[in-house]
Amino acid sequence: MSQYTAKDFKSDQYVRWCPGCGDHAVINSIQKAMAEVGVAPDKTAVVSGIGCSSRLPYYMGTYGFHTIHGRGAAVATGLKTANPDITVWQITGDGDCLAIGGNHFIHEVRRNIDLNIILFNNQIYGLTKGQYSPTSKKGFISKSSPFGTVEEPFRPAELCFGARGTFFARALDVDLQTSVEVMVAAARHKGASVVEMLLNCVIFNDGAHKWISERETRADRTIVLRHGEKMIFGNNRDKGLVLDGFNLKVVTIGQDGITEDDILTHDAKCADNTLHMKLALMQGPDMPVAMGVIRDVDADTYEEAVARQIEEVKAKSKVKTFDDLLATCETWDM
Amino acid sequence: MANKTIIEKEEVVIRFSGDSGDGMQLTGTLFSNLSAILGNEISTFPDYPSEIRAPQGTLGGVSGFQVCLGSDKVYTPGDKADVLVAMNPAALKVNAKGVKKTGVIVVDIDCFRKTDLEKAEFATENPFEELGLSESTQIIPVPLSSMTKESLKDFGMDNKSVLRCKNMFALGFICFLFNRDVDKAIHFLENKFKKKPDILKANVKVVVDGFNYGQNIDAAVTTFRIDKSTETPKGKYTNISGNKATAWGLIAAAQKAGKELFLGSYPITPATDILHELALRKDLGVKTVQAEDEIAGICTAIGAAYAGDLAATSTSGPGLALKSEALGLAVMAEMPLVVIDVMRGGPSTGLPTKTEQTDLLQALYGRNGECPLVVVAPSTPSGCFDTAYEACRIALEHMTPVIILSDAFLGNGSSLWKLPKLADLRPITPSALPAAFDGKFNACVRNEADKVRYWAKPGDEGFMHRNGGLEKDAVKGSLSAAPVNHETMVRTRAEKVAAVAERIPMQTVEGDPDADLLVIGWGGTYGHLMSAVSAMNKAGKKVALAHFNYISPLPKNTAEIIRKYKKVVVCELNSGQFASYLRSQVENVHYNQYNKVQGQPFTVSELTECFTKLLEE
Repeated sequence: MSQYTAKDFKSDQYVRWCPGCGDHAVINSIQKAMAEVGVAPDKTAVVSGIGCSSRLPYYMGTYGFHTIHGRGAAVATGLKTANPDITVWQITGDGDCLAIGGNHFIHEVRRNIDLNIILFNNQIYGLTKGQYSPTSKKGFISKSSPFGTVEEPFRPAELCFGARGTFFARALDVDLQTSVEVMVAAARHKGASVVEMLLNCVIFNDGAHKWISERETRADRTIVLRHGEKMIFGNNRDKGLVLDGFNLKVVTIGQDGITEDDILTHDAKCADNTLHMKLALMQGPDMPVAMGVIRDVDADTYEEAVARQIEEVKAKSKVKTFDDLLATCETWDM
Repeated sequence: MANKTIIEKEEVVIRFSGDSGDGMQLTGTLFSNLSAILGNEISTFPDYPSEIRAPQGTLGGVSGFQVCLGSDKVYTPGDKADVLVAMNPAALKVNAKGVKKTGVIVVDIDCFRKTDLEKAEFATENPFEELGLSESTQIIPVPLSSMTKESLKDFGMDNKSVLRCKNMFALGFICFLFNRDVDKAIHFLENKFKKKPDILKANVKVVVDGFNYGQNIDAAVTTFRIDKSTETPKGKYTNISGNKATAWGLIAAAQKAGKELFLGSYPITPATDILHELALRKDLGVKTVQAEDEIAGICTAIGAAYAGDLAATSTSGPGLALKSEALGLAVMAEMPLVVIDVMRGGPSTGLPTKTEQTDLLQALYGRNGECPLVVVAPSTPSGCFDTAYEACRIALEHMTPVIILSDAFLGNGSSLWKLPKLADLRPITPSALPAAFDGKFNACVRNEADKVRYWAKPGDEGFMHRNGGLEKDAVKGSLSAAPVNHETMVRTRAEKVAAVAERIPMQTVEGDPDADLLVIGWGGTYGHLMSAVSAMNKAGKKVALAHFNYISPLPKNTAEIIRKYKKVVVCELNSGQFASYLRSQVENVHYNQYNKVQGQPFTVSELTECFTKLLEE
């Protein structure tokens, strides 16, 4: 049992997000997850970029650093490399992470530095009052796309896997239980953990995730994946995923002779990410949208490799101090 | 060709020049080092093209290395060369104008065939005549390529590897011209090729043969003698480049301050050597992140500073431009941070391998908002060590970003360096947690005397706080957009930087104390300005030099000094950036200007000409 409660991770600052914004739910999940993981608030740092969600550090009772647009990833990388003992959470939005900060994002994932990256995806720029984002659906109408966008959106999982990501999870803002579950898993994963939080912007993009977030239909339209468990979903827990050739297919248990044994078992630890990618890219109406920890594989982390290399070189080198370094010079007396 | 003479000189300038693959940098460095061992003052300057391997023998591919040796204080690599080694016609053509009328030109005559001349765009078959070389210039044709082949004929090496050794034949020959013991050169080669015994053997053979060749044609050659330097203070010396000295300054400061050193950097000419040097020093615990871009370079450094490290980022002009927004964050969040800008020709990609001082105003003002920070500039290659050390001290003690304006001339050039002792260096007391503190900590809790905020880092128990780029309440540290508070904070940040002036040395003036003309310079032009001022003083002219290393804030006695002189001239390798800055800092002074924006250092002669004219006006 952790000695902390969510309250230990709250600051005294008034939370200024719009009433009804998904950010409120996500910060609660983060604080609950932090309490459950049990790293002390003074050993925890929350680093963000710019955007509505990036205001989050001000509301945390931990160390917090609200940096500049898109660069939270790079600041967090420096912090974690400099002091691997600190648990670092990076808060970012779909614009911050995938537009202006896209380069830093793929590189932090590639390096597999031990950061818990919470990507708030509401498919809109909120703080600048309603422009389309890199995850807005094609044709999306916004102030900066009054006739609809003509560009394809990013799917964050593809970037994560394309950058050889070792951890990818997804949850809905309104699903507190799964949110906390994936954040705890992200915190426990050693390496870059990407958590895509699907959340609602009540002002500029209300209902963006409505198809999957409505309580009555959510169980039929989403599937929560858990390592080692069957890929079963649905209000009646009677639907499941199977492989049909090279593709995933939804089947109903009890129909056409399908039994629970036929249903795929989720292996988040599989080194090959092909199936993880397929799961992460599932979309309605034919397929459920995957939630939970989709990928969670072990790999060397950047900050540990850096520290290890330093120890290895130190062990072999005669240079221990600056004066030793001077002694390596070719010198002469004058 | 003149008969054999021995010329005694106080100072001699040698320029090695060839294709960028000819090994001229190595030849020049070896020769400089072994001259320094013999007690000469040295100053070196490599001048290389941005093309890694331009087509062989063409004008675009010429790479050069110039060294000045002296028995007296040597401030610069010299203007014109006494001796030019030209490995091919292109090297000759590019450098011919830079040779003194009475100079000596050594050429590899094997590389002066018709096709070679055509590649170097000579119209005739007599390049020497075509270049209009003075009759008093002595041309020494040496069959470098064929002699090298002959020298290595029993080594069973392929032709390409053999020809790669011809720079050593040239080195041996030059050693003879300057009466340098070839054993010393061999000693350096042994260090360089420790792990490649075959290559070592070949190089040693060629260098010795080159020396002997010189002896054999003795009768026809001028030789030089330069006495030992008597000016130099006694002690242990080495030859160090500006970029290496900068890196080592950071290392020394980290150890002195008891901090771990972190560098976030993206490769860029001519600053990359700093990244290379620090990446080597894992044995001293240095962490280097080769970032995905310039912005990540500075942002990882800011993250490391946040974690409590001595953090730095190294770059050149275009990279500094990319870092501007993050620099603003470091100012706003009051993070200690060292930013090294090894300036090159601009704007845009500009002249990536050439030197300029054109980033001064960018460093001072190139950010949004009221965004003051500290700017310092080293004077000499070895002086980069002291400036880097000072930059770290100021950053850590004053919780501010500090920009070091080095340049390509300093960074790539080298000079003698008297080895320091860590114990003798100025102590560094980084900002830390407040000693006694009973309130609630926040990012604005500061020492009211010098406005330095206290430095709490993640992991410090009980000091959790939030920091960032948004304006903060001066007292509570929470977000605030209150009008008066913002102005208070703007003023506080400015006062903090101004307070740095309390802990830096006063500005000094060198040269004639009763000067009629004060020459003002800053940064990498020191050597040329000092040489010019010394030369004029020797000729009885009343000139003095105030050379600035602390740019922002300026030393407290700056105005007092400047107002003392009848005439003032600000000399810089840009269109007048320091002059315009000084006009804003010390008003109502008539600042004359001498500016050069050619990607090249000043020459001493153009400076003395300018000063003489000003004195006569």
